[in-house]
Amino acid sequence: MELPQDQPGTRKITETLDNDTGTFLQLHSGVVLAERYQIQDVIGVGGMGSVYRARDLHFPNVIKLVAVKEMINQAPDPVVRKTIVKNFEREANILVTLNHPSIPKIYDFFSHENRSYLVLEYINGKDLEAILKSSLEPINEDQVIIWSIQICDVLEYLHTHKPEPIIFRDVKPSNIMINQSNHVVLVDFGIAKMFKTGQKGTMIGTEGYSPPEQYRGDATLQTDIYALGATMHHLLTHRDPRLETPFSFGERQIRQINPLVSKELETIINTALEYNPADRFANASEMKAALVALARRTGALPRSGSNNLSLSEQDVKPLWWFECEDEIRGTPTVDNGLLYVGSYDNNLYALDATKGQFLWKFATKGGIVAKPLVAENSVFFGSADNKLYVVQARTGKFLWEFLTNGAIHCSPKIAEGHIFIGSDDGNLYAVNISTFQKSWEIHTGGPVRSSPFLTKDMIYFGCEANEFICSDYRGSIKWRYLTKRPVTSSPIVADGIVYFASQDANFYALDAKSGWVIWRFRMAKGSVSSPALGENSLIFGSADNFLYCVDKSSSREQWRYKCDHQVSGSPFIYKDAIYCGTASGSFYSIDYASGRLRWKFISGGAITGSATAFNDVIYVGSTDHKVYAFMA
Amino acid sequence: MNNILKNIFKLKKEKSSEQFEPGVTMVQTTPLSEDQLKAVSFANVALRPPQFLIGCGQSVGLQRDHNEDTIFSMSSILADGRNDVPFGLCVVADGMGGHLNGEIASAVAARTVARILINKIYTHLLENNPDPMEESLQETIEHAVNEVQKNVVRYAPGGGTTLTIALILGEQVTIAHVGDSRAYFIYPDGRIQRLTKDHSLVQRMIDLEEITEAEAKNHPHRNVLLKAIGQAEPVYPDVQTHQIPKSGHLMLCSDGLWGVVAEADLYRSISSQSDPALACKEMINLANKNGGPDNISVILVKFQG
Ligand SMILES: Nc1ncnc2c1ncn2[C@@H]1O[C@H](COP(=O)(O)OP(=O)(O)O)[C@@H](O)[C@H]1O
Ligand SMILES: [Mg+2]
Repeated sequence: MELPQDQPGTRKITETLDNDTGTFLQLHSGVVLAERYQIQDVIGVGGMGSVYRARDLHFPNVIKLVAVKEMINQAPDPVVRKTIVKNFEREANILVTLNHPSIPKIYDFFSHENRSYLVLEYINGKDLEAILKSSLEPINEDQVIIWSIQICDVLEYLHTHKPEPIIFRDVKPSNIMINQSNHVVLVDFGIAKMFKTGQKGTMIGTEGYSPPEQYRGDATLQTDIYALGATMHHLLTHRDPRLETPFSFGERQIRQINPLVSKELETIINTALEYNPADRFANASEMKAALVALARRTGALPRSGSNNLSLSEQDVKPLWWFECEDEIRGTPTVDNGLLYVGSYDNNLYALDATKGQFLWKFATKGGIVAKPLVAENSVFFGSADNKLYVVQARTGKFLWEFLTNGAIHCSPKIAEGHIFIGSDDGNLYAVNISTFQKSWEIHTGGPVRSSPFLTKDMIYFGCEANEFICSDYRGSIKWRYLTKRPVTSSPIVADGIVYFASQDANFYALDAKSGWVIWRFRMAKGSVSSPALGENSLIFGSADNFLYCVDKSSSREQWRYKCDHQVSGSPFIYKDAIYCGTASGSFYSIDYASGRLRWKFISGGAITGSATAFNDVIYVGSTDHKVYAFMA
Repeated sequence: MNNILKNIFKLKKEKSSEQFEPGVTMVQTTPLSEDQLKAVSFANVALRPPQFLIGCGQSVGLQRDHNEDTIFSMSSILADGRNDVPFGLCVVADGMGGHLNGEIASAVAARTVARILINKIYTHLLENNPDPMEESLQETIEHAVNEVQKNVVRYAPGGGTTLTIALILGEQVTIAHVGDSRAYFIYPDGRIQRLTKDHSLVQRMIDLEEITEAEAKNHPHRNVLLKAIGQAEPVYPDVQTHQIPKSGHLMLCSDGLWGVVAEADLYRSISSQSDPALACKEMINLANKNGGPDNISVILVKFQG
């Protein structure tokens, strides 16, 4: 965050916050901001206001906590006030572009009278200042090394930010939080500092941790490296640099105070604390390399393996997994505590959804790809042996079957006493579930793999013969829309518009009544991914590796997330996150509002199906033969 | 949040206009029996075909000596028992005061956009065996707005105008706008939903939290537009499609109305008149009662629920 420079500090703004006039009172718990964020508690006091823990009332059924950071705009001069708000918005804009596990996500910002608020991911943990205060002992070396490596990681991310590097400028214990997984999160993204620029006579950064050049108004990458060194010094010695003469670390060698610290670590920290920026580490990754090499020698880090995985990647572990005998290419279904999933080993499996224990399996004569449907105490699913099977949901006992003339890759849908299912024989069938007979079929020119979407009076589905069809419940076609390539994606209808992707690289929004194209969204490659519907947006994947989020009324792109390979499954929305897998085996959890990575897991094979959820557990299958369960 | 995202993702989606090869597909169906049909069909009590009434009104106001606004509206129903396709087109263009050729600009804009959309979309609807449209509705409208831009520069050089278009097709309405003429949904329960965001300096300042909505009303720069037809090329309208409310109104109006009459009063006029033309008359009277500082234009579409 590049900021205009001020003179070295005199009076701290914090003091003006503590006055008794009542003007800058803290919010009481229970107060609801922006009709959405219910204040619970004060969790921190910063330079320009308080930080609160609040509950997001948009999620009435779950408790979603957020951190609300308040900034009180006290500038009397209207010009200054305006600059402050502008800076605030600019900084919030920067924060939105950041995507790193060690940076809190930003959800929202708004102003009310002279107060502005940032709504951030709530970090359940403590800042290092609080950790230092809670004990008289210095922090042990291994722990400091591990945290410092993580700080180097995020600094490197900021320093290599495009188009402009971001200099954090305020590395210090109170701005570093440690979450429940013992991972570092940098808070305080200079927004407060933008505010401080509006105040005459305050410096940016904090005395004690800031390097000499920052007092002259220069900030470079080495500024952050110095401050990290100062922070490490504080952690290892438990001596607060704010109480000492500035730049006097050289006179307080770490090992003189804490002999347990290794000579090597002391050398690294001394390098970071060099008076002259040119004598410090050239960049954060150089400092990280030195720390990692030391950590491998001392055993703070395992000797082999790489530390390059992002925190989130190491972070998530499946709750359990269950292994079939062949690939899982489809989507599991959870119903009534049971998880149903088909495999290329020809079986449909039923597992206990909580523990992953095997309950029963049902053998067909072909691979099973599509998502099973559970309804009326039965499981309905198609197989590559051309049949639609119906078995008892609890026991897997065979009930009846329906034969088509082609492999089935389509997930069945049920409405009005009929099962609607497509087959590679080119038909969409309506099968009566009391007579087990077909009532009609609609013949298309190619396999029907897209699962039909059923509305009150219409049926919508795509087919491999490059068209999209709308029919009524008599089986008579109301309209058809020709695409340039197959439509494998399963449609979704909302507010009179039907949405689907095509392999012709377009994502379509058609008027559900007439088939008129309302808008089209171009992707770089085709897509077989079925869209997921959010509040006002649609989320879909593509062979161009992107996960897209677009506004459903205007097709305006809200965000896109670049995955490591093509996304063929349908993204799955659960609470405030989106889950999707890629052909390279990665399974992503992406924040719905911002499009930023929450975590990622790498399975041993391609993930071609979609995820599903039950009781805060997310399930997904992989071609490594396994179905995985994760905490949402 | 959306604003932040908008600022960052300035990316404009790519547009395509592809030709579709006609495909021949066999259709073989066995109809459901009457009993089965009864099971799957629902009682439908809505008015068939769905229709709407359009009223409009225009006034020079009390403080200007001539009118620079242009409005256009048409409505049509084609119902052949298979497909009911209501079609409606409403346009409000507010020629820019003080600008040379202001009134010419607004008229050129409304005429051009109506001509293009009627030619491309309405005529298409009346085709016996229409080929599929090459472009999406939103693309067609966007292209029409760019045509308008060229026409205004040509026939009304120096002139500027706002342009707000509502195209009703079936159960959807697509709205495109440039400038500060607004579109609203007005629901029977009193909710008024503004659909368009003004391309104006004060709106921008409100977004930046520099001023409040209330301050914007009397702001000295409230007439400054950030985007208008007739200015720099090319112009990107905001385009959006919404499902039409089952019952309620769509209103398009120039700032001569929305800037002068409070929303609650607008709602009162609209809900007290069953004829949308009379409601328009009443709203215009209110604007003039409040001083009539500017030209007033309004189009009110009443959906029959
Ligand atoms: N996202 C968050 N989640 C939980 N606690 C936070 C969060 N952000 C800040 N805090 C707490 O609030 C304190 C002050 O916040 P900070 O952002 O540093 O404000 P300032 O810039 O005004 O100093 C931090 O030291 C930390 O303890
Ligand atoms: Mg802080």
